[in-house]
Amino acid sequence: MQLRDIAHTRAGDKGNISNISVIAYDTKDYALLERFVTPERVKDHLSGIVSGEVVRHALPHLGALNLVLHGSLAGGVTRSLALDAHGKCLSFALLSLEIPDD
Amino acid sequence: MRRIRIGAGAGYSGDRIEPAVELAERGDLDYLIFECLAERTIALAQQARMKDPQAGYDPLLEARMRAVLPLCRANGIRILTNMGAANPQGAAECVRRIARELNLTGLKIAAVSGDDVLERVRDGGLRCDGPVAVEALGERLLSANAYIGAASLVDALAAGADVIVCGRVSDPALVLAPLIHEFGWAMDDWPRLGQGTLAGHLLECAGQITGGYFADPGFKDVPDLARLGFPIGEIGEDGSIVITKVAGSGGKVTPATCKEQLLYEIHDPAAYLTPDVIADFSKVEIRELGPDRVLVSGGTGRARPPELKVSVGYIDSYIGEGQMSYAGPGAVARARLALQIVQERLRITQVRTTELRTEMIGIDAMHGAALSARHPEPYEVRIRVAGRADTLNEAIRIGNEVESLYTCGPAGGGGATKSAREVVAVMSTHLPRDQVHTAVHMIEA
Repeated sequence: MQLRDIAHTRAGDKGNISNISVIAYDTKDYALLERFVTPERVKDHLSGIVSGEVVRHALPHLGALNLVLHGSLAGGVTRSLALDAHGKCLSFALLSLEIPDD
Repeated sequence: MRRIRIGAGAGYSGDRIEPAVELAERGDLDYLIFECLAERTIALAQQARMKDPQAGYDPLLEARMRAVLPLCRANGIRILTNMGAANPQGAAECVRRIARELNLTGLKIAAVSGDDVLERVRDGGLRCDGPVAVEALGERLLSANAYIGAASLVDALAAGADVIVCGRVSDPALVLAPLIHEFGWAMDDWPRLGQGTLAGHLLECAGQITGGYFADPGFKDVPDLARLGFPIGEIGEDGSIVITKVAGSGGKVTPATCKEQLLYEIHDPAAYLTPDVIADFSKVEIRELGPDRVLVSGGTGRARPPELKVSVGYIDSYIGEGQMSYAGPGAVARARLALQIVQERLRITQVRTTELRTEMIGIDAMHGAALSARHPEPYEVRIRVAGRADTLNEAIRIGNEVESLYTCGPAGGGGATKSAREVVAVMSTHLPRDQVHTAVHMIEA
């Protein structure tokens, strides 16, 4: 299945950093987020977009992760050449991440 | 326990106006805030003010105030907004003029100044996070504004202001200030300031917590987005927050909409830096109390940072762009050929770009080749060429090379557009608090 089947996301921006929250629809699925939405897998999925470090903040009581993607907005919102300078659509790019079925 | 009701009437400068009217009319509010300043808005406003000294505040200030002032006066609602942008005192004069026209005699309007630290930044010696040193900017330096906290807004409320217009304050301060004023919280009561900052953070993007920017049909459905209601925070003396909206308005308030807004752009939930407090949202609990009523609690904080963040606006470069569409059989192949031709043209006609981006909208424009490779080819595709240049004239040449594909490029291209624009960019630095001097200026209608 895809991440979209168990979680929703929202992307925000600050300078050249994208911040994507990943929130399980059912907090019982948090364990899957913790296991499969790792900084390594996120960086690999968004290869060519994220040039810097991916930092993950865990909020298990909310069933959520907060991902901070450094160097992911083509130099920064205010000077980027990209059509989506804010990286708003990155939230849905992440939702296509594969979550292996057990 | 005493609770006050704060409504959020705008989440950005171009936001819808009717939801704010609905809040003022039927929200049973004590306060109405309008958060209208994005990162570079002040830099653009400063440019406007350089052309016209009376300008430099939010272009929609007048329309918003005309729409809500009579209702706010009638219902005893006080207004806080950062629509002052680069000219808070000019904005206050504008509000007074409208109040007089509407016969709202005696309305007290406060302007908060002091966030503008351009002269200090021009003096140099500050390290910025951008691609160029402040000292090297010269005429390209446009604006420098410190993110000030709630204190001046609290002073203005204590002095009886009905409307407060400021420039660059931290977004949550628009909510935190009324809480400090109403409940007498100390300016070093870090846990309460943290919880109040949480309230501000939840409300500041307006419709983004009531179902706006949330819908994903079949997965996350939201009713009646064309009539989206904006949020109301019911906040208690202990800082506890209930998020709700006007009954019968569109949208919805659920734990999920609150979680998305809670984590929006905060990076580390345990250390959300503001001028008033380092807020800690890492232990926040969210509980549904009923339809469109969600309790948010558990925010806290620790001592505020010693320095203030400063946003520096400057003219960075010029971006030229051209687009053209291809459709039907072979659309993608012709689009690829078109992009190759434009790249070669830019090279042989020696257009000087410092950065160039070529892409096909519908294929790889948003997230590059890797993610899109798994998807089938679409019926239609639109090429886009965007490049950065040091002058406007050079940037214009980029779009020209796309447009001339009409007569010199592949078959069947249509709908060419081109543009060239100055890029006002923003970078950050920091200043010690004692170098930023705020003041409140009160006028009366």
